[in-house]
Amino acid sequence: MPYSAGLDIRVTDSSLRDGSHAKRHQFTVEHVQSIVAALDDAGVPVIEVTHGDGLGGSSFNYGFSHTPEQELIKAAVKTARNAKIAFLMLPGVGLQDDIREAADNGASICRIATHCTEADISVQHFGLARDLGLETVGFLMMAHSQPPEVLARQARIMADAGCQCVYVVDSAGALIMEQTGDRIAALVAELGSDAQVGFHGHENLGLGVANSVIAVRAGALQIDGSTRRFGAGAGNTPVEAFVAVAEKLGIRTGIDTLKIIDAAEDVVRPIMDGECLLDRLTLTMGYAGVYSSFLKHADIQARKYGVSGAEILIEAGRRKLVGGQEDQLIEIAVALAAKR
Amino acid sequence: MSAPREERETVTKATAAIVGSGNIGTDLMYKLLRSDVIEPRWMVGIDPGSPGLKRAEEAGLTASSEGVGRLLGAARPDIVFEATSAYVHKENAPKYRELGIQAVDLTPAALGPAVVPAVNLGAHLDAPNVSLITCGGQATIPIVHAVSRIAEVEYAEIVASVASPSAGPGTRANIDEFTRTTARGIETIGGARRGKAIIILNPAEPPMLMQDTVFCSIPPGADRDAIAVSIKEVAAQVAAYVPGYRLRAEPQFDDPTQVSGGLARVAVFIEVEGAGDFLPPYSGNLDIMTAAATKVGEGFARRILSERS
Repeated sequence: MPYSAGLDIRVTDSSLRDGSHAKRHQFTVEHVQSIVAALDDAGVPVIEVTHGDGLGGSSFNYGFSHTPEQELIKAAVKTARNAKIAFLMLPGVGLQDDIREAADNGASICRIATHCTEADISVQHFGLARDLGLETVGFLMMAHSQPPEVLARQARIMADAGCQCVYVVDSAGALIMEQTGDRIAALVAELGSDAQVGFHGHENLGLGVANSVIAVRAGALQIDGSTRRFGAGAGNTPVEAFVAVAEKLGIRTGIDTLKIIDAAEDVVRPIMDGECLLDRLTLTMGYAGVYSSFLKHADIQARKYGVSGAEILIEAGRRKLVGGQEDQLIEIAVALAAKR
Repeated sequence: MSAPREERETVTKATAAIVGSGNIGTDLMYKLLRSDVIEPRWMVGIDPGSPGLKRAEEAGLTASSEGVGRLLGAARPDIVFEATSAYVHKENAPKYRELGIQAVDLTPAALGPAVVPAVNLGAHLDAPNVSLITCGGQATIPIVHAVSRIAEVEYAEIVASVASPSAGPGTRANIDEFTRTTARGIETIGGARRGKAIIILNPAEPPMLMQDTVFCSIPPGADRDAIAVSIKEVAAQVAAYVPGYRLRAEPQFDDPTQVSGGLARVAVFIEVEGAGDFLPPYSGNLDIMTAAATKVGEGFARRILSERS
């Protein structure tokens, strides 16, 4: 079954949310207006705009926003002609009041993320989002860390709470081909017609596009990416490359391939501080199964304490840190420095 | 006549009832059994098959599954410890107050003034009802206080990382309540002008110890050495009643950066290992609540006993 009469799948661009990590949360209203206008013109159906760590993420722990995210959401809503504006929130970081405010500001899709074994902390937030008339998406983060059957059970909790599409989220960019397909298939089998299934990939092992194609073949109806890979770690599945591949495979995304290629080059790239690269640190993240957003934080602590960023990330993997525990990277760096 | 015997006992120790026979109530019972000034005499639950009630009986307490009404009809504890739920405590609290029984509330109901023993216990020794806020609050508010008594704290933020198996269904169903209540405590008791709390559940096996990080903004010219000394002093005060409470690293100071909101800050890393009285040691988040409840209860008991003697 396709996503709709006109689309086989629906793509969400996360440049203005996951890209917030790469930009150290320094997006301005002008950045948002430029990117939303270009993506909207290329036919991207959903654009996500929030602090990288979701509503309420502006903090010492994750980095303070340059411009309040609700202002960015307002600007995105005002700029978009066709695209829907989505936002992310993590229970434990953001609050229900933040969801209300985002809805008041015109966002229409509420994406709620938990670590992939903790779905039950999202129940009250899905309930509220549905009461507010928002479309809902659930994120099971760090999905590489659990087998398909565990993810399927967690997806069921979200669906029962009112989630309309549960994503397998490869936060560490650590999933490899069949591992992606097996997880998507398990969720599709569990959820049936109760909720759709989506995939959110990262490039830490260079597999964002390949994993996304496999996800679609396994039944995923929603795919995330970021134009020009603008995201955490080595970046997200590049939307322009995925769209080009999808076109060749006959998968209808509704996005104009040439326009999104231009948007990536002419609009998104100039706003990025640098390309999102598959280098020593980001490859280490995919290899060791580490949350992609830790990249910039590990880099800063490595410089401050004169220790190896790769060692910080490997220790983060050994301690099995989950998304949100950026504070622990400081303590790891202090301990590494003390050892020398 | 049994009066003389009663009198002798109550002069030595204040009597207490534990309402709620779950994991928290059971762990609390073992701590109270070691107290010099409190005698835990009753344990009240609602499920006759509750293992907590069985353990209470084995420990010599009067255990009842017939609820609080029955307890208060038959007995008059000096202190009641409520380890049920916010909803149940809201129902029970007026009954305790009417009978003049001091209540230590371990639920998130937050009816009475919030108390962190290392900071403000002395101010509320005769309060009819005190709230212990949250586990994250008990672990981090003393540190915010330690900083704010030296330098102005415009903003404080805490990150509580908790092992998944030690986060119960109540916390999970209303995680906003944890963050909001903790943030309020950071402001009202910790002394920060603005507070924020973040909670992360980590499912790692074997389970991680409870870890908390406290970030406090400090003025650019603040006396960093004095702040570090104050933090260590307060941490030692908490460790006196929560033996597994410790700093994992020296306080770390940072100058303002692009992403620090223009603020200089101090970061403090805490670990809480549970005493293992009943709950497993990794659940330091629960241990610090029962340890704080014991400390508060003992403060109440000493006041009650001194008035009696």
